Amino acid sequence: MAKTLPKTDVVIVGVGWAGGIIASELTKSGLNVVGLERGKERKTEDYFMVHDELRYALRYELMQDLSKETITFRSNEKIRALPMRQYGSFLIGDGLGGAGVHWNGQTYRFLPYDFEIRSKTVEKYGKGKIPAEMTIQDWGITYDELEPYYDKFETMAGISGEENPLGGKRSNPYPTPPMKKTPAMQMFAEAAGRLKLNPYMVPSANLSENYTNPDGISRAACQYCGYCERFGCEYGAKADPVVTVIPVANKTGNFQIRTHSNVRRIMHKGGKATGVLYTDVTTGEEIVQPADIVVVTSYVFNNVRLLLLSELGRPYDPATGRGVIGRNYAYQVIKGSAIGFFEKQQFNNFAGAGALGVSLDDYNGDNFDHSELNFIHGGVVSLGQTGARPIQNNPVPSGTAAWGPEFKTKSLHYANRALSIGTQGASMAYKHHFLDLDPVYKDVYGDSLMRITFDFEQQDREMSKFLAERCSEIMKEMGADKVDYLKELGPYEIMTYQSTHNTGGVMMGSEPDASAVNTYSQMWDADNVFVVGASSFPQNAGYNPTSTVGALAYRAAEGILKYKDKGGLLV
Amino acid sequence: MDRSDKKKSPEQRAVDRSRRKFLVNTGYALGGIVVGGALGTLIGRKPAAKPAPANPREAGQAAPANYNRALMFFNQEQFRIVESATERIFPEDENNPGAKSLGVAFFIDHQLAGEWGFNGRDYMSPPFYTGEKEQGYQGRLKRREIFEIGLREMDNFSMTRYEKSFVELTGEQQDEVLKAFESDEVKLTTISAGGFFKMLRSGTLEGAYSDPLYGGNLDMNGWRMRGYPGNQMSFTAIIDKEFTEIEPASLQDHLVSH
Repeated sequence: MAKTLPKTDVVIVGVGWAGGIIASELTKSGLNVVGLERGKERKTEDYFMVHDELRYALRYELMQDLSKETITFRSNEKIRALPMRQYGSFLIGDGLGGAGVHWNGQTYRFLPYDFEIRSKTVEKYGKGKIPAEMTIQDWGITYDELEPYYDKFETMAGISGEENPLGGKRSNPYPTPPMKKTPAMQMFAEAAGRLKLNPYMVPSANLSENYTNPDGISRAACQYCGYCERFGCEYGAKADPVVTVIPVANKTGNFQIRTHSNVRRIMHKGGKATGVLYTDVTTGEEIVQPADIVVVTSYVFNNVRLLLLSELGRPYDPATGRGVIGRNYAYQVIKGSAIGFFEKQQFNNFAGAGALGVSLDDYNGDNFDHSELNFIHGGVVSLGQTGARPIQNNPVPSGTAAWGPEFKTKSLHYANRALSIGTQGASMAYKHHFLDLDPVYKDVYGDSLMRITFDFEQQDREMSKFLAERCSEIMKEMGADKVDYLKELGPYEIMTYQSTHNTGGVMMGSEPDASAVNTYSQMWDADNVFVVGASSFPQNAGYNPTSTVGALAYRAAEGILKYKDKGGLLV
Repeated sequence: MDRSDKKKSPEQRAVDRSRRKFLVNTGYALGGIVVGGALGTLIGRKPAAKPAPANPREAGQAAPANYNRALMFFNQEQFRIVESATERIFPEDENNPGAKSLGVAFFIDHQLAGEWGFNGRDYMSPPFYTGEKEQGYQGRLKRREIFEIGLREMDNFSMTRYEKSFVELTGEQQDEVLKAFESDEVKLTTISAGGFFKMLRSGTLEGAYSDPLYGGNLDMNGWRMRGYPGNQMSFTAIIDKEFTEIEPASLQDHLVSH
């Protein structure tokens, strides 16, 4: 029999960006909040030895222990799903701060088009442009409505940047100026200018200068050490929940974080949650935390999984297209890229920051005409300088042997002579891409694993080929002696790292029939449950998702306060 | 973490650094790392073994004993196969050291002895089924078991084709064996030959380029040969400049200076 604790106003499941932001906003308003985090505590001091590529990037120091829990994957429903036994395609964060600790810090706002993709596509190209199986939807909220929340997130995190010439309207400039421009970035920007494109500095959560935010949190400027993605920041220069919102919540005295607390069920009765059941992973004890409001802010997979395991909400059925929990799983199509080899010039490729780069949106969203193209949307094109760490970065021109003297000579020669231009291709939703509970494989507690059914579609193949060709044009214009670029996307596979931008499964919308949550991230089927994160994206945009997750979290916090006051559905 | 050091000026840090170097060069004990006057009777495991090259920064002096150079997992025979095979994958040339003198085989040995060798953080629960190739590794064997089998099979294959063990083959013959594994021309019932080769190759790069604390990348020579400066606290001064060569620093340098 599980032990039952005294009731709290709000319980938060997973203390990363979304959980941290909501904790900070609610505790500032006087609510009592308990944050349950399955992983351990993390702090800046932990990163004293962080410049260790093997430990953090290859052995996944900051990631979930897959021996306890993983996901299963199949390309389509005809195949038996099998567990992702080792890391590959994406990396699931763990511990206080979640994936907000090991991110790069690229903080793009989505385009206005992204939020109204179905209606705008139909309006411009007609209904026939969207294949029958493509289940993309408008979000139920527009860019303009979400803009104040983007602004809040950027102000809290101190985002460094300059206005995107092709982006949505901004109410305020970025709180800090853009980061420094490296010679490679300069070359990219100049080449893009000559091609009549619209380059701008990547909006960065790696601070360009010291910054104090409205909560009084001061952080130091980025040192360009080249260890962001997969690493924690030893300076606190990279905005993460542990150095921004969590201390603010702690300071109120209204926030209680319980680490090593793995939430396994949302308890509910008559369409209302009563609290959560969790396991103290250090003792194995099962504990019930009653609460007036339950906020689910774990990573995409566990948001969906927790709802399905708790039998809360209507599970998606791909055969009928009915139900919503698990629907519209999407990803990121990032393979459309080009790599350039420069014989006469070397670059400080070893130096960098996760969000150091120059981007352009000329091939993103509907910023270009798709009438003659067999795909919709596109992706941001960037030249980033994130720090080319030596185990994982050994670019050699196509045709080079994979090992032996030729590989060695060329990989050394090009270590500081190769540059790459990449894209974050948007990922559309399809009827047959979804998340559900695996019928066979279990986690360490005996609960079913999340099962992913996903593959790349014709849309993705066409789009990534198109984007790779554009990247290659820019690279040639930059003066590369040799350019290699993607010719063929191939099937989705789980082994190669691509992107930790998994989305969907608890999608947002304006109608309960076709969505799981409203635009405050409030569940239609249980009004005291808020499910916040990239799980609510109806499909994924051509950018990194964190800024939008942050904006949705600020909006959800506002919604929760309203709900606490008045109750009922907010929309 | 000692925050005070970050507040020091670059000059002060440089002074600290040269003081550290002085201590290292003169062989005074420093954080238990340099043992005064220790001589380099390093790797006495076989007569043919080359001693680890002395740190170029300490030219003219014997290298301190490197107690990391012993085996945690491989037997001698396995170690020699790994040393020869990784040297073919990442060979020494006139300008730069190869896998052997970087200590790659020691690195792989040490890794297999720990969590990575036991697949400690991988999902290893049954049932096991053969999957599609897009679904990744689905075997029940751990990395250390795959290495044991793979090394034995490399020797078996060498005996069958050349009537010599792998380490006795010429370099070209060793390449042929490695290629036969890489391309899955070798059919094994227990493991994938190509999958094993991939592990050998990725282990080689890890051993050449990970921080020397793991037993490879001896004296940071792996980093040095590609202009990688290792663990540096800041690149703010050069990030917007042309290519800059910087003498590498290790995590040990960082630890003893803080």
